[in-house]
Amino acid sequence: MADIAVQHGVDAYEPSLFGTYSKKIGMWLFLLSDSLTFGALLFAYSYGRISNPQWPTPFHKESILNATVMTGCLLSSSLTMVLGVLAARRGDRSWTRNWILLTMLFGTGFVVLHAMEWTKLIAEGMTPFKNPWAASVPQFGGTFFTLTGMHMLHVTIGIIYLGVVALRKKWLPILLVLWLAGWLLTPADNVFHTGIHVLLLGTVVAAMILFLKPKDYDAHDVEIAGLYWHFVDLVWMFIFPLVYLMSTRVTG
Amino acid sequence: MHTVDAHHDESKAQYFWVWGVLLLLTAVEVVLAYRQVFQPVQMLQALMVLSIIKSALIIGYFMHLKYEARSMKWVMMTAVVACLCFMCVFFADAFRILQLGVR
Repeated sequence: MADIAVQHGVDAYEPSLFGTYSKKIGMWLFLLSDSLTFGALLFAYSYGRISNPQWPTPFHKESILNATVMTGCLLSSSLTMVLGVLAARRGDRSWTRNWILLTMLFGTGFVVLHAMEWTKLIAEGMTPFKNPWAASVPQFGGTFFTLTGMHMLHVTIGIIYLGVVALRKKWLPILLVLWLAGWLLTPADNVFHTGIHVLLLGTVVAAMILFLKPKDYDAHDVEIAGLYWHFVDLVWMFIFPLVYLMSTRVTG
Repeated sequence: MHTVDAHHDESKAQYFWVWGVLLLLTAVEVVLAYRQVFQPVQMLQALMVLSIIKSALIIGYFMHLKYEARSMKWVMMTAVVACLCFMCVFFADAFRILQLGVR
């Protein structure tokens, strides 16, 4: 339990901050800073939304339905994650792994649905610099893609992170296969044909972590990975109403 | 993998309840938006109130902040809430553009 207390001298211990282990404090501090990053992006989006009466409302019934299913995926993944943390506390290794794998599956479902949504919007003519619905509001594409893209990147990093905790080195070949399959199966003109290389980068980083500091991830590590995952879910709880529900097109 | 003692009474049932409430609140948000129950500004306020309730449930139960030391709750939450509130200062300008019709 080297991370519970910092040793000074022979047997003088300084109690840890807030009476908990330092890895958790580290993750909380990271999440606080990350929430300000997302906060800035959300405020920028909302500023544009409020100050432009011509703000486009491109989200039809199927887009809202899609985004609602995505929200359900993320909420359910949070549930499976806490069940994984509970299993880790009990010392039940196989259920910890199973719950985390289910969490990753829900997360992957979210990213795939979101990628399909992006592809549809791009096919309709939306780019970061223009959109087909409101020529006077070119910033709609830029703010939308930055905000949701940043969130999608966080979900992808979360899936890679959970895979490292759940499967350790066995995760690396799976990740490479996922990267290769995603790269070969997406059309060459699709934005995700390039974007999938995030998985390759993630594999390299995960390999560096797994080979340079091999360890058996314990219940604390599972809990910290869970904190990150719930944060990603938390951010989506603001993106979903601000971006999708506030731009619903009921008629037409 | 070593076990960590649970310091508090938490059960699977509690997590399922929180999950159910989160799904229910999401459904309420979707219905409010799709039926266009409120005007845009009231809609924004209603959705934000529901989202803040949802985020409080996620932070409190899923992220276990409810069970952390009191000092940790206060330090973490006041810091981030204060910073996010300061960002609201820009909205005065956003409404100026809207209400004065500045182009």
